[in-house]
Amino acid sequence: MASLDSKIPSGPLADKWRKHKTEIKLVNPANKRKYHVVVVGAGLAGASSAASLADLGYQVTCIVFHDSPRRAHSIAAQGGINAAKNYQNDGDSVHRLFYDTLKGGDYRAREANVHRLAEVSVNIIDQCAALGVPFAREYGGLLANRSFGGAQVSRTFYARGQTGQQLLLGAYSSLSRCVGQGTVKLVTEHEMSDLVVVEGQAKGIITRDLKTGKLHRWSADAVILATGGYGNVFNLSTYARGSNATAAWRAYKRGACFANPCFTQIHPTCIPVSGDYQSKLTLMSESLRNDGRIWVPKKKEDCKKDPNSIPEADRDYFLERIYPSFGNLAPRDVSSRAAKRMCDEGRGVGETGLGVYLDYSDAIQRYGKQAAARANLQNPSAEKIRELGEAAVAERYGNLFDIYKEITDESAYKTPMRIYPAVHYTMGGLWVDYNLMSNIPGLFVLGEANFSDHGANRLGASALMQGLADGFFVIPYTIGDYLATQKPGSRPSADRPEFAAAEKNVADMIAKLLAIKGKEPVNYYHKKLGKIMWDYCGMSRTEEGLIKAIGLIQNLRAEFWAGVNVPGSAETLNQALERALRLADFIELGELMCRDALERRESCGGHFREEFQWPDGECKRDDENFAHVAAWEYQGEDKVPLRNIEPLNYEFTKMSVRSYK
Amino acid sequence: MSLLANLFSSSIGRKFLMAITGLILTGFAFGHLLGNLQIFGHPDQINGYAHFLQGLGPALWLVRLVLLAAVVIHVWAAVALTLESKSARGPEKYGVHKWLTATLASRTMRITGLVVLAFVVYHILHFTVGLAGTDYYKGNIPAVTLSQDVREFGFPLAARGTEAEDVYSMIFIGFSSPVVSLFYILATALLAIHLWHGADSMFQTIGLRSNKWSASLRKVVGLLALAYFAGNLAIPGAILTGLAKPAPGTYAAQHLATTPAPATQAAR
Amino acid sequence: MVASAHASPSTAPISITLRVWRQAGPNQPGKFVEYPAKDLNPNMSFLEMLDVVNDELERKGEDPIAFAHDCREGICGTCSLVINGKPHGPHRGVASCQTYMRSFADGDVIVVEPFRAKPFPVIKDLISDRGAFDQIQQAGGFITARAGSAPDANAIPVPKDNADLAMDAAQCIGCGACVAACKNASAMLFVAAKVSHLGLLPQGQAERDQRVLAMVSKMDELGFGNCTNQYECSAACPKLISHDFIARMNRDYIGATFRQAFRPKSLSTAGGA
Ligand SMILES: Cc1cc2nc3c(=O)[nH]c(=O)nc-3n(C[C@H](O)[C@H](O)[C@H](O)COP(=O)(O)OP(=O)(O)OC[C@H]3O[C@@H](n4cnc5c(N)ncnc54)[C@H](O)[C@@H]3O)c2cc1C
Ligand code: HEM
Ligand code: HEM
Ligand code: SF4
Ligand code: F3S
Ligand code: FES
Repeated sequence: MASLDSKIPSGPLADKWRKHKTEIKLVNPANKRKYHVVVVGAGLAGASSAASLADLGYQVTCIVFHDSPRRAHSIAAQGGINAAKNYQNDGDSVHRLFYDTLKGGDYRAREANVHRLAEVSVNIIDQCAALGVPFAREYGGLLANRSFGGAQVSRTFYARGQTGQQLLLGAYSSLSRCVGQGTVKLVTEHEMSDLVVVEGQAKGIITRDLKTGKLHRWSADAVILATGGYGNVFNLSTYARGSNATAAWRAYKRGACFANPCFTQIHPTCIPVSGDYQSKLTLMSESLRNDGRIWVPKKKEDCKKDPNSIPEADRDYFLERIYPSFGNLAPRDVSSRAAKRMCDEGRGVGETGLGVYLDYSDAIQRYGKQAAARANLQNPSAEKIRELGEAAVAERYGNLFDIYKEITDESAYKTPMRIYPAVHYTMGGLWVDYNLMSNIPGLFVLGEANFSDHGANRLGASALMQGLADGFFVIPYTIGDYLATQKPGSRPSADRPEFAAAEKNVADMIAKLLAIKGKEPVNYYHKKLGKIMWDYCGMSRTEEGLIKAIGLIQNLRAEFWAGVNVPGSAETLNQALERALRLADFIELGELMCRDALERRESCGGHFREEFQWPDGECKRDDENFAHVAAWEYQGEDKVPLRNIEPLNYEFTKMSVRSYK
Repeated sequence: MSLLANLFSSSIGRKFLMAITGLILTGFAFGHLLGNLQIFGHPDQINGYAHFLQGLGPALWLVRLVLLAAVVIHVWAAVALTLESKSARGPEKYGVHKWLTATLASRTMRITGLVVLAFVVYHILHFTVGLAGTDYYKGNIPAVTLSQDVREFGFPLAARGTEAEDVYSMIFIGFSSPVVSLFYILATALLAIHLWHGADSMFQTIGLRSNKWSASLRKVVGLLALAYFAGNLAIPGAILTGLAKPAPGTYAAQHLATTPAPATQAAR
Repeated sequence: MVASAHASPSTAPISITLRVWRQAGPNQPGKFVEYPAKDLNPNMSFLEMLDVVNDELERKGEDPIAFAHDCREGICGTCSLVINGKPHGPHRGVASCQTYMRSFADGDVIVVEPFRAKPFPVIKDLISDRGAFDQIQQAGGFITARAGSAPDANAIPVPKDNADLAMDAAQCIGCGACVAACKNASAMLFVAAKVSHLGLLPQGQAERDQRVLAMVSKMDELGFGNCTNQYECSAACPKLISHDFIARMNRDYIGATFRQAFRPKSLSTAGGA
């Protein structure tokens, strides 16, 4: 049974972090040089932590499977990053950001962690501006903001529709500086394939060089995983194809607890699936919900009609109808389920009937009229207004409209976009304490790979915030608390048997996969897994479905290990092998997700159990029995894992029914 | 000193040198063209002008030195950069290659440049040194006595009665050969093409080009290149076709009357 | 007009022949190999088409075609195919992963090659190593600002025009198509985008001269070719980064060179306490 001490500092909520920072153990500068930290991942969390630790004086090795750190999946984030700057003077504050995030997460996150996140959010914006992130500006040269789901203030900073890209490039530039100065050793195209635990502490990793197939041992005083989320369990998701769970999963198998694996976020605004060849779903940024209106026809028979021909009276702006105060900006889980309900009622649009409209015609009119007024046009013609309006919309969202056009061959300026929810983010992840250390001492987990700050649902623009908070402002302090307990220079040699055993473990798995020489390609199994997960562990879940899914996944696992065909050898770049290794982990993780969903007999945030809902279809939480973190502990091959519990003690906030009406 | 190192060994530095030398050469080319167009005036005009230039002495050599240096640097940089670029392309060529936007002029800079280099060498041997076609080289034909004061924009170049070399006749006789003329026309056409990209490119290289005015720049440069070609075409073209005949009484008029060149015959 | 905009795209299946560059490893000889791809939905992406072809190869136990990809939405810069002689395929302003089969006609022969250049050696099949770009970044593509040292973000206003222009440059996805497209294999567009992004912002001024000198020198050292202002790069760039930034970098570089040569040197040799 793992011990799950959250190490939350005592004292008033707002003082916890400050107090903790003053009490935490420090490592003296001369000793920092002697500690070697391996950072796996160079997304926002990995790159920012590697650079910050190197700047502090630690020896850092940063390892990524990508060919360049700049390709991490963080690059794809579109919409923005939250921070409690209150630059808009609209009443924002650290407390409000804290509260929104906690409530958005449906009260399944730790208060102390979330408060810290809100506190450091302001420093993130300062830091990123200093790094040259070209945030959107107002004419006066000051920073601009927009609003995002789940908030009633404008606190989201953005860089056109490429906020993640720009933030990642900022973090990457810091990392590059350190690499150039020789303070970080950068290792690309290496995939972490095992964690090495020596005497109960994480002391190294095994990687596979993707170009040569060689296995490498890395010994370290501490290991940081910043390897991102595991949404690709679903095969179709908004994740990059390479995003994987391997690093986290192998750590789990070495004893790290996996917390709340079933908490996945389904994003409401993605481009619907079009065929079975599909390899990924594309997100249309949530920011589109700022100005776009979501609707379906009131009448089923209108669903296949040209949307522009459907009169206002026959349209159901269902989010505005059901959630009048948040309207189209209701949180993601709420909006996604509402869309699903509409489609389940038979009012979905598009060829598959799995889609709703996101309509910009009102916004085009509104912006067009404003622009005409600004340009002092008397009685502008309808075309002129449309033209000005389209230009204004293009300035704000042009790149998204372009993406939509490329993928669907339709112009969203002329006809409403069709959107549908898709898997987008995983709130679950490796369990960590307040110091971001897992239950294996010396193993730290940052960014999306940990479970810490978003509870059962993440608000838009909060993941980027968390990744950078963890990397720039939390880990530099908290890692010292662990390292100070380690004797400088005590890091084990990579020749120890633990390293050899871990390396053999990986080599065996690879050999086994290559030896199967079955009939079906890797993708065949991934598609099957994805379908099981989406059908039974997706937007809504039932006990019956989950039990069925667990059986199906176990069968699939057996089929995979008997029937997959992985051509080629282990000694060269072998993409089929890479996919197979990742899928092997996804299959096992998928089963764990179903187990977690099954055991959590309540609905909360992204986890919706049909058995537990209010009459209006909203989540029915069970705070009495489930106000806790479920942290699963590996018990060995084919054994049912152990479900540990970390209770969530809300000292300062009252858990209330989440309402966005 | 890193200034020289940057200019002479970095990619941008050498490009910058090419642009500056290109600018000097372009300036010379246009100036020279304007000077040469005086061929269409009174014979004394161009002869006086040539005489004036010859008389500059050290200043002439200074200009020649600058020009020579410009050519050397320009060609050296072109060759060095080109070799590096060719090697940077790598050992394996594309199976299919498609040009997206590069102009024909930009794609032929190396060839046009080299032909122009060959031309300049020939031309200097032809008109300045007199090694090619020595029979009508200015040194081999009688000098003339200027019958009037020669001025350029009011500035006196040579006084009446001065003895000057008969550049006027040399040019007329030289261009009476169709082979020579056609080579000149071809070479100047290529030079115009070289300038077409070169002059535009120069602004990019020194960093003074942007989408605000690049379209206008292209037009202006295009017109200049065209004008340059037209001017250069005019001289051998007019002589060859007989549109321009040497003024009566000049050595060229007498010489061509006795030994008509083949093309002039055909034109009659 | 509205109706035509809504008319759903044609889904009549097409069949094509792929001529793909196959190369087992670095420094090994490569060659074109033909693969038929039948009954494709025109709405599938080019990479999805390769997935389908690869699934078939894997089923037969043959080595699938290695190609680089990740985000599949045009932002990570991983995908890098030269399709029928143009980096990233037939369309302007999109990456390979945003190329759809509807851009091709039934019966087409499509030639697919890796991005080529000496500093981008081919690793396998359609994958080339673009690590050189990272090295250029490490030489100077940053603003030195350690975590915790930044002033309030609004303390330094940035004129909107500059911020917008900086963002135009910052959009570069580091794919290398500019190098692949350039006859000279020059990396000017990429480097110019980086230099301009930081150089346009007030935060980037302190290191501006040093940055451009260091990055250009690294670029040269890595063996990229020399720009002859042909603008193939910006035409092939999936983000349509403007070659105006190249002009800007040229100016910056020459300016920095002269400033560096004539700036007086501090005579103080005293170190910190
Ligand atoms: C389309 C999209 C849009 C989004 N938009 C927003 C938004 O607007 N606002 C917001 O706040 N959030 C957004 N998110 C979420 C956010 O982008 C991510 O949660 C966040 O960027 C994750 O950062 P990270 O550093 O944790 O991981 P990642 O950026 O995923 O980085 C993972 C790193 O780990 C490495 N890695 C992974 N596995 C291994 C391994 N086994 N071995 C070696 N290296 C490994 C990778 O190479 C990579 O460097 C969006 C997400 C998506 C998918
Ligand atoms: C129809 C076209 C041309 C005519 C009639 C012409 C005529 C002449 C003449 C007469 C001279 C000799 C001057 C003297 O020594 O007294 C001369 C010299 C020269 N010309 Fe041309 N020229 C022509 C085109 C060009 C072109 C296109 C170039 C190349 C850019 C060129 C470059 C030179 C050079 C470099 C010299 C030597 C200058 C010197 O003596 O320092 N000429 N030309
Ligand atoms: C003598 C032989 C010459 C050679 C081999 C030569 C070659 C070249 C080459 C290879 C370039 C670079 C092309 C590019 O950047 O796209 C160039 C540029 C240029 N050349 Fe020449 N050239 C020659 C003569 C001339 C002459 C005589 C002139 C002018 C009259 C001239 C003017 C220019 C200009 C203005 C440029 C543009 C520089 C830039 O891109 O910044 N060149 N030349
Ligand atoms: S400049 Fe354009 S083509 Fe070059 S790397 Fe950047 S995005 Fe790719
Ligand atoms: S295509 Fe090449 S020549 Fe220069 S302008 Fe672009 S780098
Ligand atoms: S795969 Fe990311 S840009 Fe194409």
